[in-house]
Amino acid sequence: MTPPVSRGFRGRRTEQSDSGRVPPGQYVTPDFPVLSAGPTPHTPPESWSFELRGEIDEPRSWTWEQFTALPNERITVDIHCVTKWSKLDTSWRGVSLDTLLDGVETTAEYVLAFCDGGYTSNLPMEDVRDGKAWITYEYEDEPLHPEHGGPARLFVPHLYFWKSAKWVRGIELRQDDTPGFWEGYGYHNYGDPWKEQRYAGD
Amino acid sequence: MTETARTKSIALAAADWAGHLAGQHVDVRLTADDGYQAQRSYSIASAPEDEHLVITVQRLDDGEVSPYLTETLVPGDELELRGPIGGYFIWKEELGGPVLLIAGGSGVVPLRAILRHHRAIGSEIPVRLLYSARTRADLIYRDELARYDTVITLTSEQPQDWNGRTGRIDSVFLTETAWSPTERPLAYICGPTGFVEAVADALVTLGHDPSRIRTERFGPT
Repeated sequence: MTPPVSRGFRGRRTEQSDSGRVPPGQYVTPDFPVLSAGPTPHTPPESWSFELRGEIDEPRSWTWEQFTALPNERITVDIHCVTKWSKLDTSWRGVSLDTLLDGVETTAEYVLAFCDGGYTSNLPMEDVRDGKAWITYEYEDEPLHPEHGGPARLFVPHLYFWKSAKWVRGIELRQDDTPGFWEGYGYHNYGDPWKEQRYAGD
Repeated sequence: MTETARTKSIALAAADWAGHLAGQHVDVRLTADDGYQAQRSYSIASAPEDEHLVITVQRLDDGEVSPYLTETLVPGDELELRGPIGGYFIWKEELGGPVLLIAGGSGVVPLRAILRHHRAIGSEIPVRLLYSARTRADLIYRDELARYDTVITLTSEQPQDWNGRTGRIDSVFLTETAWSPTERPLAYICGPTGFVEAVADALVTLGHDPSRIRTERFGPT
């Protein structure tokens, strides 16, 4: 069914919207909107720790000092929010999930990120391996601001940005999938921006 | 209909509309004749009990969709809608209260839907709106809101004939106008992210339970 044409609508085409770099239904913004649910937690690095737990040979955890001493990398990548904005060429520094999962024995097929403030997001295990996911703690070469998820957030840029859980404190490895915060409120369980998987049923 | 110089309420007749919860929004998609599309989300301003589905749109100077909706759209035009969307920033009676609604600017839109719904169901749960706007001319639904328990504050203007409050919603303001943490209000804060951030932080600092504070934010940051 073809959508109705909006009489008199011209729109604002940009180079980027035509280049194929922007997923369907998105617009490019130079801003960095904050759209968190609830108040922003403020966790000082000295109180922070990161845990791997659940379906795992042995749970692991790191203090802030230990975590930031791990091999880390700077990545520049586009991010896409389900609320329609995309931001191109954003740069982050973080530890790859491949580094954190190195040597871990698990049969888990799913992960659930858990966070200060109670936020969670769920993902298939294969979406956080092989160079697809990081725990990031710097944005544009500055410590990640609490409004944007600092001290550290999960970072999975190939999916809608709500999957990149802010204020992350750990990853639970699981045999079964369980919906995270937004997934439980009607958002899509997987969230591929290229298939416009915004809401449940898409 | 025009609400303020830059805001308009638009009543929509949606076929197969299944109803909504107060606080939800809709996605509006526009299609140009060459197939180019743009879509944005707008909070529903009407209560589920209201006769028409209404959105209130603020015209952003650099907007792509809002100028079209507030200036070009006329009755009889067709819009593509998806919704209702959002299961988090909603109020229904079973969630209880007391209900503390805090609006910054056009953040008042979903909170007005909550107030209309609350009144339509005859709820006895206490509810109050704190509404911060820059000037009197920016107030949306001003006459209607006078029928509810509403505290208005203006932040950029102190008109001579204004007996209302002025100044930002900070912890002093909240101490004077909001329920105390021991009364465990359910708070809904909506507006530009800077506003929401400041108010949410103030509530948490005053001792309110963060899990009883819901936020809906918009804007660039």
